This record gives sequence, structure tokens and C-alpha cells, in this order.
Amino acid sequence: MIALVRRSIARGFDAAERGLNRLAGPALNPLAQLGALGFFLFWIVAVSGIYLFMLFDTGVENAHASVEWYSTRHAWHAGVMRSFHRYASDLMVVVMALHLVREFARDRYRGGRWFSWVTGVPVIWFLYMSGITGYWLVWDQLAQYIATTSTELLDWLPIFGEPIARNFLAPSSLSNRFFTLLVFLHIAVPLVLLFMLWIHIQRITRPKVNPPRMLAALTMLALLAVSIVKPALSQGAADLAKVPSPVGLDWFYLPLYPLADASPGALWGLLAAATVMLALMPWLPPLRRMKPATVDLDHCNGCGRCVEDCPYDALQLVPRSDKLPYVVEVAVDADKCVSCGICTGSCPSSTPFRSVGPLDTGIDLPDVTFASMRERLHELAARDAPSPRLLVIGCWHGAAGGRGEEILSLPCVAAAPPSLIDYALSRGLVDGVVIAGCSESACYNRLGVEWMQQRIAGERDPYLRARVPRERILSVWASPTEGARLDREIDAFKARLATLAQEPPQRQAVDMPASVKEAAS
Amino acid sequence: MSRPVSVPRLIGLFAVLAGVTTFAAAFSNAPAYRQIPAATGVIKFSFSHSADRGRECRRRTPEELAKLPPNMRRPFDCPRSRRGIFAELAIDNVVVFSKELPPSGFAKDGPSQIYRRFTVAAGSHTIAARLRDTPRASGFDHERIEAVSVSPGQSLALDFRPEHGGFIWR
Repeated sequence: MIALVRRSIARGFDAAERGLNRLAGPALNPLAQLGALGFFLFWIVAVSGIYLFMLFDTGVENAHASVEWYSTRHAWHAGVMRSFHRYASDLMVVVMALHLVREFARDRYRGGRWFSWVTGVPVIWFLYMSGITGYWLVWDQLAQYIATTSTELLDWLPIFGEPIARNFLAPSSLSNRFFTLLVFLHIAVPLVLLFMLWIHIQRITRPKVNPPRMLAALTMLALLAVSIVKPALSQGAADLAKVPSPVGLDWFYLPLYPLADASPGALWGLLAAATVMLALMPWLPPLRRMKPATVDLDHCNGCGRCVEDCPYDALQLVPRSDKLPYVVEVAVDADKCVSCGICTGSCPSSTPFRSVGPLDTGIDLPDVTFASMRERLHELAARDAPSPRLLVIGCWHGAAGGRGEEILSLPCVAAAPPSLIDYALSRGLVDGVVIAGCSESACYNRLGVEWMQQRIAGERDPYLRARVPRERILSVWASPTEGARLDREIDAFKARLATLAQEPPQRQAVDMPASVKEAAS
Repeated sequence: MSRPVSVPRLIGLFAVLAGVTTFAAAFSNAPAYRQIPAATGVIKFSFSHSADRGRECRRRTPEELAKLPPNMRRPFDCPRSRRGIFAELAIDNVVVFSKELPPSGFAKDGPSQIYRRFTVAAGSHTIAARLRDTPRASGFDHERIEAVSVSPGQSLALDFRPEHGGFIWR
């Protein structure tokens, strides 16, 4: 049932991301930069908040007047900054919600990824607390509504000595001291939020905390345009002798406040249940995890390429534990390892040209070994397939996901070292190689698509050797819903291969592993 | 790997981002929400008040005082805990709140507290607030009955301040 929901939502994201990829390319696709945009919006809110704070009167008598001053007499700078502060905060909620749903839909919250998911739950709480405490400071009718409803909600919990809602009982109740406390909260809570965001990204390498400059600039421009056309304004000064009704709510931060009016207990129950359920989701049900990567020290010289490429910070270089003359070796943190195999693809020992002895490599997945990749290649090459013969290296999570019978199916295309492509073509096992990975904007293993692109382009070690004819390689980055496009591109590739003047090297006698020979016979 | 993006496409992306930002701006203060129906007001019934002690203070005997350290020789032994307060609110002769309010705190030595909000139709209402904070078993120690006029959207707070003579409107 959960899988069905995930797939349905993922289809929606696929469609939206395809459109944005077509419009601006995967690098500027906002849906592929949600985390980075979240950080960027946080900094916009922080900088605009500091600016506004410098001009803010924290006294309860003058708070509203000073905020009005932003929007009336100094609209061109303080008013714009106020709108930036408000709308960037709202966009943070939008970005956070999309990020959460997208990671759920892409099934990137279970297994080794549980930490990022679970630490994201308090981020939601702190973002809401940051926004809600900010609204109080304006001390307009909305602030009054939020103040009374929030304190009534908090008073439902048996933790305060005196009902804090009594602070908003009548105009004479509210003191400057209480208001100063709110100012402190609105500064302290966002700092905790930032700390939680830092924890949130601790278990991934190369976290995207800055969007591409062009995307950042366009986001700022969009905020500026909307801030000018529809500036954020107050809703009239608070008056505790009156009930602020009707009041314009910020539906991003306050969608549940009407429920608080009706039943604070029900709202607390809902929030508690939602929080617990979100926190437990990585285990509902748990991901059936493959065995983590293992290191074969006989083939590891501690070069660190796998450490550099691991997207989940699961590998570390540690002092050598054997007698080989190297300084360091690789150690795998099994809890962090998601078994993507990118480390195998990056290991210089992963070379299929070796014909003597078992095909061991420095770091390997026990469930999808490098040796099994070569065996599978030979198995596919031995089939009586019509020319041109293709090797399709397909990612489990992309358009080639369900085609295990016809392809070399891997947890990530970057698990295949470039030398495997060289081997397949130079030995004449196939006429062309198709790399069918995830969509560029939604790589299941974060960096697999990027690393594979760079390896083929000769920009990242291990490089695909220059001798490998690039015209015999097709990269298709497509989501699971783009099977038809994958087929179309493969058909076109076959047609191109058929017209290539120069044939690839003739089939050579290949030292097939014994198991493959047996299978073929 | 990033590819250069043409200006028209960048304009298109800007339009998308501006659209999302407009969506955020539109729902940042609309649609309006009505906490109470039109032509109604609110009466808040709230106080924080300590009742009498759980039992009467007892005068210590000279022997008992002699046993105490010099700095703790207080003539009376008073219990820490307080009694609960029985409070009642009636609007137009209909009792809308009637409850025994226990003292707060682990040692039951804090004030009894209440904060309730009642929505009433705009117009004139007879409000009767009563409170019992002594050992008496029935009746009330404080009472205020008054006709008040509530205008639409008005918020009236009925507090209890013994230093001001009992129930007061704020």
C-alpha cells in the first residue's frame, strides 16, 4: 500500500521534473535543488531578519508602529526586506514539504538513509516555531490571534504554573518584558533550526547547501518582484479588548490553528501522532538492505577514490591493519552504507581485463560483486542477439529498472567501472553500450549520475580511456516512468551504430570465467 | 554536468519561480479565518488565586520551639498545601462553568488557576461569577452578578483580584 502511494507520488514528481528539465536543464531544476533552496531561503530570512531587527522597536507599545514604519515610510528598503522575510519564510515551508514528500516518493528515507529522515522531523518543528514566534512580533491582529491561540494551546499541556494565556487577557496584561522574551525566542529558535539543519546533512557527503548561482539569482529576483507587487503588510494594531476576527491567516504556518480553537487536545494528539509516525517511517516497513560493501585489503592500496565518491559518508581512510606497504586502508561504516556500489565503480582494482585468478577488487558489494558484473556481460554477449549487439548497464531505480533479464542491472550505474565499458567494446563483446541511469534531477544514490557522466567525459578518476569510441556509448538518464523514451533512444542508437563506418574491434578470444563457460555450454 | 541555458529558458524558469512565490504570497494572509461568528463577542473567565491553607495554623508549644534551631523558631506551624477553589460562572442564569480547581504545584501549595473563553451573542447578558476559597462546604465567599453589554467582536475578561475586592472586569 505504502509502495503504491510512493509510486503514485513519484509519477507526479517525474512529470513535473521532466517539464522543468526540459525548460532549464537538470542543474537549474528547482525540484532537484530543494534542500539547497531551503538553505538559501534560510539565509535570506536570516539576513532580512537582522536588517529588520535593527529598525525594530521591541517594546509592546511601539512594535506595531515600527513595523508599520517599514511598510509605509521606508517601503523601498525596509518594506521590501519585510516582504523578503515573510515570503522567503513561506517558501521555506513549501520547499520543506516538497523535499519531504519527494524523498518519501523516491524511497530515500529507509535503510542507511534513516538518519537524514529522522533528523528532518525536528527541523519541521523548529521551522514552524521560528515562523510562529516571528508573527507575534508584528503585534498586529494576526499576531494577537496567534498569541492567544498559541498560549491557549500551550496551556492545554500541564506544564506551566500559571496559564500563559493570561498574559493576553486584557490590554493591561501584556508587559514589555514578556515581549522581549518573544524577541529572544524568535532569535534563539532559528539558531536551533540552523543547528538541526547542520545535523540533518551530517550523513551525506557533498551536501548541496547552495543552489546554482543562476537559480539563486532567479529566486531572489522572483522574491523581489513579488515583494514589490504584493508587499507583506500588517493587519491593524492588536487590541486585546477585541477579538481579531476575521483575520487573514498565513496558511503555510497556521493551517492547524483553527483546529486549536476547536480542540487543543485533538490538535496535540494529531501533532504527536504525526511526529511519531514520521519518525518511525524508515521502519514502516524497514528496507530490505543488501549487505554493505566489503574491503579486500589484498587489492586496496588506500588510494581513497572510493572515499571521495561515496555519497553517504560511509567510507573512511584508516591506518593500515595488514603488512602491505601502504599507509592507509578503507573502512566501511556498515550502518551508513546503502550498498549503491559506487565505490566498486571508482576502485582502480575493478578491472575486468584481468584473466588470472578470481576477479576480486578492492571494495565490492557481496550481493552484486564486480566478478558477477563481468560474468553477466559475458552471459549477455554469448546470447544470439541480432546485430548491433548492445550492453545495457541499467540502474535499478531508473527507466531500465524492471529489465533485469536483458541487461546488466545494478543498484547504480556508477557501480560499473569505466573499464567494464572499455572491456565490452575493445573485446568486441558488444557493438555499443547503453548507460541507462536515473533521471539527472533525481539520482537515487545522489551522485551516481554525476560521477558516471564525469568518468565518461574524462573529468573524474577512474576515467574512461580515450581509446573507447564515444559514439558507441549512449547515456540515457530517465526515470522509471520514461521507459518509452529509453526504448526510443535505444532504437535510434542501434540505427546509428548500424551506420557507423568503422566496425569495432573484431571479437577476440576472451578468457571467460569458468562459470560463464559452463553457463554458455 | 551543467549545460548553458538560453535566455528565453531562464525567463521561463523565472516565471515558474515567480509563480511559486506568488502562490506563497497569496496564501500568506488569505483566505481570512473567523475565530468567532459575526455578531458575537467573547467573555474570558480567568484568575490565579490561592485559597486558604489546607488546615488551620497551629501554635507551637514552647517545648517544640526549643527543639528547633534558633533561626527556625516560628510560633506557628502552618501546612504548606492549599485548599482547592470552587468556581462557577453563569451567563444569563445558565451555569457554563462549575468546577473545583485544585491548587497547582507538586506540593499543592500554588494558586488555583483557570482560563476559559466563552463566545456569547452580542447584546446584554447577566454574568454571575462565584467563588469559594475557604473551608465552608456550601455557598460562596465571593460573588459578582452584573449585567454587561457585549458588542460584536468585543473581548471582556473577568478576573479575580482579592486586593481589588474580588471579581473585576478587565
